[in-house]
Parts: sequence; C-alpha cells; structure tokens
Amino acid sequence: MTPALDPRPAALRPKGEAWLGWASFLLMIGLWGAAALAVNSRFLPAPWTVIAHIGWLTNEAHLLPDFAVTLGRAALGFVIAMVLGTLIGIALGRSRLVDRLFLNWVVVGMNLPAIVIAILCFIWLGLNDKALILAVVLNKTPLVITNIRQGVLSFDPAFDEFARAYRLSRGQTFRLIHAPQLVPYLLTAARTGLSLVWKIVLVFEVLGSDSGVGFRVSLFFQFFDLKGILAYTLVFVAIVMVLEHVAISPLERRLLKWRTDQT
Amino acid sequence: MAHGPDLSLSIARLTFGGEVLYKDFHLNVAGGEVVALIGPSGVGKTTLLRILAGVETGFDGQALVDGRPAPLAPVPGLVFQDARLLPWLSCADNLRAVRPDVSDEVVAQALAATGLVDVQDKWPRQLSGGMQRRLGLARALLVNPRLMLLDEPFVSLDRVVVRELQVLVTDLIVQSGATAVLVSHDPQDAARLAHRVVIIAGRPVQIVADLALDTLPAQRSRAQIIAYEDRIETAMVESAL
Repeated sequence: MTPALDPRPAALRPKGEAWLGWASFLLMIGLWGAAALAVNSRFLPAPWTVIAHIGWLTNEAHLLPDFAVTLGRAALGFVIAMVLGTLIGIALGRSRLVDRLFLNWVVVGMNLPAIVIAILCFIWLGLNDKALILAVVLNKTPLVITNIRQGVLSFDPAFDEFARAYRLSRGQTFRLIHAPQLVPYLLTAARTGLSLVWKIVLVFEVLGSDSGVGFRVSLFFQFFDLKGILAYTLVFVAIVMVLEHVAISPLERRLLKWRTDQT
Repeated sequence: MAHGPDLSLSIARLTFGGEVLYKDFHLNVAGGEVVALIGPSGVGKTTLLRILAGVETGFDGQALVDGRPAPLAPVPGLVFQDARLLPWLSCADNLRAVRPDVSDEVVAQALAATGLVDVQDKWPRQLSGGMQRRLGLARALLVNPRLMLLDEPFVSLDRVVVRELQVLVTDLIVQSGATAVLVSHDPQDAARLAHRVVIIAGRPVQIVADLALDTLPAQRSRAQIIAYEDRIETAMVESAL
C-alpha cells in the first residue's frame, strides 16, 4: 500500500515506511540549499551556513536559555489547557444543560483573535509570565474542549449498556469504556494543541516579553539578521520533530495498537 | 444442584417513541427453566431481555429476580447479539472487565470451557465471528451467573458454528443449573435449547403461544428437535407471524 493511499494516521502505518518521512525532510533541506545557491543573497542563507550559525548561537549567545524559557512556557500552557479543556469538554459532552449553557462561550473562545486575548491579558496582569501563560491557556483551551466534547458525544451507547448490565462501577466504566474511546480525541487535541501553543507563545513573546525565542527573533528582525531567524527556526523545527517522533507518535502507536496490531 | 432464580416480569405500560410497546404484559419463569422468547424482528424481544438484565428501567411495572428488582439482583450472564466485546482490550482483559479479581488460571478455564485456546493476548478483531461469540459467552460465564440472558446468540453465523454453539450453550446451562432466557427469531434455536417456548407478537406485544417442550434439551433426538421445530413454526403461523 502506498503512503498516499493509506488511510491510517502516519503513526499507525508500518514502521518500514518511516524512511519516507525522513526523506521528505532531507528533500526540503535540499530544495532550500539549491534555492540559496541560485539566489546567492544574504536574505536567503544556505542551510549549512545556518547550521554552523546554530553552533555559534549555542556557544556564544543565548540560544539555549531562550529555548528553555519558551519551552517552559509552552509546556505549562499546554498542560493547563489540556487538563482544563478535557474536564470542561467531558462536562459539556455529558450534560445537555451545561452544553447549552456554555457552548457559545467555547465558540467565542475559538474565534477570538489570539492577539486580542494576549493584549487584554498583558493590560490586566502586566507584561509578565502569568499574563503570557494565561493568554496561551485561553487560546488553546477552547480547541481542546471542542475535541473532547466531540469525543464524548461519539461514545457508543452499546458499551454503556454493557457496563450497566455487568454492574461496572463509575470508575471502571470510565477506565474501561470511556477513556479508551476518548484516546483518539485526546491525541488529536494534543497534536493540534502543541502546534498552536508553539505559535502563540512566540507571538506573545514578541508582543510582551523580554525573554524567550519570540523576543530573540524580534531582535533579529530589527537587525535584518536572517541567519539568526533561520537558525532559531531550524532548532524549533528540530524540537517539534523530536517531540512528534519520540513522544507523540510512539504514544499514539501504543495506545491505538488494538486497531492495527497483526501479532 | 441449586436452581437459578425465579423470574417475574410484569409490565403495566412501556412506550417507545410515542408507541405503546407493552401493556399489561406478564411473564413468569421458574428457577432453572430455559425459556425461548420467539417473535418477529423488531417486536421488542430484546427490550424484555434488557428489562430482566436491569438495564431498562423506564417502564411502569416491575421485573423481579428471586423477589428482588432486576437492577439490584446479582449480575446476570448477558450474551449480546453483537458479542459486544471491548475492541481496545485483549481477549483476556475482556473477561477481566467483568471480574477484575480473577486469576489467569480462571480466565484460561473460562476460555477453555467455550472452546477457545491461545487467544488470551489476541485482540477481539483478530477472532472470527464464531470465536467472538464464544468469547462473549466466556465473559458471561465468568460472573458465575444464576441467570443467563442470551440475545440472538447465534444470529449471522454459519450452520456448523451455530450447531457447535447450541451444544455448548446447552451443556453450560445444564451444568450450572441457571435460569435462562433466550431471545431468538429462529424456531430451531428454541427447539434445541429451551424447556419452554413463548411466542410474542402484536402491538402492544402479547403472548400468543406458550409451549412446553417435554424432553430435556440435552436428551433430545434429532427427530424430536425437528418435531419441536415444526410445532413452534405451526404455532407461529397460526399466530399470523
């Protein structure tokens, strides 16, 4: 089966096809290098120049502390939003009353421009980490709520009937019946949430912080330092790829093994 | 051997989607009796089973299992029409879902009793349709039920598998002495397994025939089974089913 025709999520496809993912990454770097050679401009440095610059930024400048700060903020915002969003999503999915009462809030939250939320948080709480993380949480939580609510609404009532017939406790019903049905929705929320959190943390750092990757990139912008911007971007991409292939994909493969396992 | 519980079902009124499904309906089952509920598809047979399992409670009336309301009675061994296995659990864990306290040995015994070997670590989707039904049966047996409720347990299976499962179910019920209610639309199931056949039809649903089959299920000859099958079919035709 070719990857293009394979309907399964990437993480669930046979491991033998994993090299295609790495090949596409190398192809991207190759195209970038070819374009840089063709243009020969300081506005498009070649990948090898940027990679060398990463070394310099790591040893002589602030790359590591910048990423540590940004990663810390993103992780905290992500965890809070996932926990809050999951609890609220379950409440909305299980109770028609709560759903009717608060669904519009979620819709508003989903559509409020991130920049507006960030500016309001900075005005109300000042230019500090609390405001930044609150802004991240307010942006990300509605997305998690929507995913989890959808998951709860799609629970198969036949399994609930099984649980009632065999007198399973509420804890057993959640662990054996509901949680496994929520897993795909949680994974989707985590994956889309991670990509969103990265982006908004950086924007908010540009807007109202004196540390982190976003702040540093805004400084590079002021000096038209394309090498610096691309170096930080490349490290950023590397972290995202590592997270995807070391954490999320293996977790997805393990949790959804029952769908594809042939052993 | 102690018999399973007596059942007493009395429905004053049960509506579904605005339609009166049951009205003034009564059914009693003696302890240790195997009753087949026969009727056309969609008549409401499964609803009766759900009431006896304590799952359906939204009706005027009462379902008593040895004098106790069905939802408060001991866990019945409920076998679903679709096996209803949890696809995200291994076969062994599907059994443990209803009895988390049992040892690996007990799980293996329950599987062996239903003719399943080396399936503990497999996923339900890796089993054939017949094996999935066996697993559903093993799960029901694991709660040591005094009451077995079987909802079309042989539907959509090929004839050979049906025959094997019918023999298996008969043996298991005889061994345990459980009271059993079997829902089916197929006279052959009733002729092979039941002591008594209750045919239901109409709106509101009524009992249109109540037949006692004299010979014990495990002792029936092929000729007797065919004769019983004819008798049930005739009763169904006469009831204009």
